[in-house]
Amino acid sequence: MRSYLLPYKKLLWAVLIFQVVAVTATMTLPTLNAMLIDQGILKANTNYILKIGAVMLALSVVQAVFGIAATWFGSRAGMGFGRDVRDRLFHTVTGFSTREVDSFGAPSLITRITNDVQQVQTLVVMLCTSFISAPITIVVGVFLAVREDGPLSLILVASIPVLLLTIGTIVIRVIPQFRAMQERIDNVSKVLREQIVGMRVVRAFVREPLETERFDKANQLLSRTSILTSRYMSSLFPTVMLVMNVSSAAAVWVAADRIQSGDMQIGALIAFLTYLVQILMAVMMATFVAVMWPRASVCADRINEVLNTDSSIVTSANPTTELSGRGTLQFRNVGFSYPGAEIPVLSNISFTTRPGQTTAIIGSTGSGKTTLVNLIARLVDSSEGEILVDDVNVRNLEPETLWKRVSVVPQRPYLFSGTIRSNLLFANKDASEDDLWKALEIAQAADFVNAMPEKLDAPISQGGTNVSGGQRQRLAIARALVRDPGIYVFDDSFSALDLATDARLRTALLPVTTDAALIIVAQRVTTIKHADQILVLDEGRCVGLGTHYELLETCPTYAEIVESQMTAEEAA
Amino acid sequence: MSESTEEEVEETPQHQVTVGPRMMGATVPVERSKDFRNSTLRLISWMRPERFRLILVLSSAVISVMMSVVGPKILGDATNVIISGIQAPTGIDFPELHRTLLIVVGLYLGSAAMAYFQGFLLAGVIHRTMRRLRSAVENKINRLPLGYIDRTPRGDLLSRVTNDIDNIAQSLAQSLSMLFISLLTVVGVLIMMLTISPLLSLVAVATVPVTLITIKYIAGKSKKRFIAQWSHTGALNGIVEETFAGHSLVKVFGQQQATEDRFEATNQKLFEAAFGAQFISGMIQPAMMLVSNLNYVAIAVIGGLRVASGNLSIGDIQAFIQYSRQFTQPINQLASLANMLQSGIASAERVFEFLDVDEQSPDPVDAQTVVSPKGRVAFEAATFSYSSNKPLITDLSLVAEPGQTIAIVGPTGAGKTTLVNLLMRFYELNGGAITLDGVDIAKMRRDDLRSSMGMVLQDTWLFGGTIRDNIAYGRLDATEEEIVQAAKATHVDHFVRAMPDGYNTILDDEASNLSAGEKQLLTIARAFLAEPTILILDEATSSVDTRTEVLIQHAMAALRSNRTSFVIAHRLSTIRDADIILVMENGSIVEQGNHEELLAAGGAYYNLYNAQFVAAAIDLDAN
Repeated sequence: MRSYLLPYKKLLWAVLIFQVVAVTATMTLPTLNAMLIDQGILKANTNYILKIGAVMLALSVVQAVFGIAATWFGSRAGMGFGRDVRDRLFHTVTGFSTREVDSFGAPSLITRITNDVQQVQTLVVMLCTSFISAPITIVVGVFLAVREDGPLSLILVASIPVLLLTIGTIVIRVIPQFRAMQERIDNVSKVLREQIVGMRVVRAFVREPLETERFDKANQLLSRTSILTSRYMSSLFPTVMLVMNVSSAAAVWVAADRIQSGDMQIGALIAFLTYLVQILMAVMMATFVAVMWPRASVCADRINEVLNTDSSIVTSANPTTELSGRGTLQFRNVGFSYPGAEIPVLSNISFTTRPGQTTAIIGSTGSGKTTLVNLIARLVDSSEGEILVDDVNVRNLEPETLWKRVSVVPQRPYLFSGTIRSNLLFANKDASEDDLWKALEIAQAADFVNAMPEKLDAPISQGGTNVSGGQRQRLAIARALVRDPGIYVFDDSFSALDLATDARLRTALLPVTTDAALIIVAQRVTTIKHADQILVLDEGRCVGLGTHYELLETCPTYAEIVESQMTAEEAA
Repeated sequence: MSESTEEEVEETPQHQVTVGPRMMGATVPVERSKDFRNSTLRLISWMRPERFRLILVLSSAVISVMMSVVGPKILGDATNVIISGIQAPTGIDFPELHRTLLIVVGLYLGSAAMAYFQGFLLAGVIHRTMRRLRSAVENKINRLPLGYIDRTPRGDLLSRVTNDIDNIAQSLAQSLSMLFISLLTVVGVLIMMLTISPLLSLVAVATVPVTLITIKYIAGKSKKRFIAQWSHTGALNGIVEETFAGHSLVKVFGQQQATEDRFEATNQKLFEAAFGAQFISGMIQPAMMLVSNLNYVAIAVIGGLRVASGNLSIGDIQAFIQYSRQFTQPINQLASLANMLQSGIASAERVFEFLDVDEQSPDPVDAQTVVSPKGRVAFEAATFSYSSNKPLITDLSLVAEPGQTIAIVGPTGAGKTTLVNLLMRFYELNGGAITLDGVDIAKMRRDDLRSSMGMVLQDTWLFGGTIRDNIAYGRLDATEEEIVQAAKATHVDHFVRAMPDGYNTILDDEASNLSAGEKQLLTIARAFLAEPTILILDEATSSVDTRTEVLIQHAMAALRSNRTSFVIAHRLSTIRDADIILVMENGSIVEQGNHEELLAAGGAYYNLYNAQFVAAAIDLDAN
């Protein structure tokens, strides 16, 4: 992470220099006060008192000006650091293939770029602005204290370690408690969440007492840890005060001898008492940095983990940017497995589909259908065999060229926040108003879009949660149609539609897809019955390839699926 | 997140860093409570069982502060002993000095001891109170009418019962004792300063308004930027969530560069706002330092002049310097403590609102019971609506004889689950009655009624525990053998045994180690084990792959045999042999009869039936 601070080297030097000036100005005040006492007050020299007073006033102003300037530089460096890390992370993640995104998980990536960066940034900002004054205060303070009186400063040798040790002990004990407490808070939430979500079941089985018992257990554990943590935390402040005050009393005790013997003046004692407090305060602050450090460093590790991951998809050095055909797709002995996995997700898949043809893929959950779809759009790379689009291996294609040729409707339709129009234009920003309506028409979405008061400009919330599942699905289909590619891929995109809409949509699709290749992944046999070829997947292997009627004869798995969905006369 | 975003937490002056989980959230807008006074009083009343401890807490805090406040004055006396020693020919009176210093040390030790004691007790008081509050919320959930749970967004409900209570605990634990001690210290220190020198006290007090005005001025300046920072953060997070969630779409539609540009532009705006907010609020620290230094200088100079004129001792100045620091520090803190308290009370208010929600009607005292029910269910002129202006079920009458199957069909949103809600008494009828073996279910205890019913819902609910525990949820005293038997009868046994830990497999949070179909089968096994008289089944939809669906159909059929069953059907082929089919549309029952009767009637059922089975025919035409 440190390298992200390099661009701010100059700013950080400025922070350091300005802080040294500001801290020194403040720390000189007690020394001046000592002079004021010894030379002014004890000798009743009013002029001297006023003169020193004026100098002290000037130093206060210097402190303020330099302190504010240091804050300016520090804030800029700290916030700039956060901005740079976020930019870099975002760029890295958008460059990932689906495989990396899946292996981190989208929620985890979101947490990393938001919360984790925030935590690290907070520490860096605090280091750059306020915490930096702690070590400076300690160094300058010790220097000035020794100058006031060397032997007396030996008290610092005792009190600094005592303070470090006591705070350190408390902090070391409290950190695991904090962690345990967070876990127990999560556990209480989890039990409650289950209870609320499963309310009907809980009540139906009359299990309220059981749930209450489970909750009480979690609640009690949380309560115990919270009490313990609070007790540690509440002992922190009195401990600091005790060390500070006892040190002050000790300083007066020791100083008395030295003043008696004439080695030291009374003003020096009073100055020393002030330094003592300032130094110990700074030590305390440094301890808190030590507390924040491990937490932020965990976050930094999580950020680095993302930054150090390379996309598994590499564009070839000299990619093809022009395609001659109109959408021929060919799989040649394609296999896919995760590194280290015993069983491949897909193995030995071969088929060809040409413009005007419909290829359907059917199989139960976990049979590898979605992986196959991801391979077509090169969201992941195959581990074996090759995939050709218009006779060019997808690995040798420029990604943009490939993606212009392939349009995917994902299994879980996802819309972006904005309007219906902005979502459709997402696929093709040059599409005309007519194009959009035509796509909506085909996707059976024109009716409900027309029924909305704002029509195309109707707002869509993030993910598309403000429209129903079926509407979301149809809008996602319309979006894919706006693209006008050579190959359409529908990944189980009709499941949220009722049978009648499903049928109407597929009828409307026909004219559009006369010169395009259509790949439909589905669960319902009715959806794919009339495809030119049906690929039956079972546990990653192709167990059948042919038309509906051929497969009914030759492929037992297919026959089983059909039987499960239709009564005998319907299937016939 | 808040009703009012007018105020945000002022940056705590950084030399008083508070350590805790909240440390990072310094820039979150603070919300205000609606009725601060009453909510506070109500929160305090929750501490009633701890009142004696609370009194101990308060009195030890008072003693602790008193002891520590006297300290500097006596330490000043010690300095005066030294000074009079140098000025007198006899030298320093060491016994006197040492005695004075030992008193100082004794006072501080005593003060620290009382502070430890106070903190020790208070931690228990607060967290035990929070535990009671959480339990009250949990109990409340069990007494709420389901209508409330259905109406309230889940996230909102959860946030109230978890985040809000955490927030109360955090803000109370941190702010309550600090606020009290700070106030006590300010008063104590002021008294001590006045006894030393009224003139210097005036100087010290004069810094208070200066401090407050400075903080207010800077906070006011930074407010706009904090709000901007807050909203840009929101916008940026929105872009991140959306892009990462729709990652593959962004790629295949070639939007990678455009999205990155959008992100960078927002990120830059966030940087500018965050920098401004940080810089301006960061000025508080040097500004406060300036005020405190000016105060120091004033005390040194004015005090010095007073000493020179013989009206004050040097020990007094030394004490005063210490006092003035103790005086301004808590005042600087007050603003942020008050904000913390505000946010805690606002959370408490939301929790109290929840606790005040109307509960379901209590069970009748002279409840009727049905001993070993046969399962004859009758709707007698039942009337119901979710809201008073839109009647949903009017005058519904039907009789289900023991062992019969009643199917409910209709398009999504037709109100099929309403019947389930009424049967289980999740909702109460507005008129008419539902009877079980002739007894009005409204006159029964809810628990008795529900014990005779079994329910399998589409939305499968399993809790985080072992598979065995989840099946045994149906009947807590079931033996291992009975559990396995239920699992076998419902096609669960097979896939459970294929898992590495078998029945001991722990289902994680979202039960993601099971497929949707397997989860459904588990809930059927659970209902099977419960051996209910009456069954309510909601058929699974398309999220389950077809072969598992066959298993589910078999399992449900096994479950239904010899029981009065209400089946919410999505696929008409499965309910042809139902004894009664209810067809619902727009929330009301439009037809009632068996399969043949309804087909012959040529009404809604006929249309529905055609829509499903003729789809295949449309297909044929199209090709």
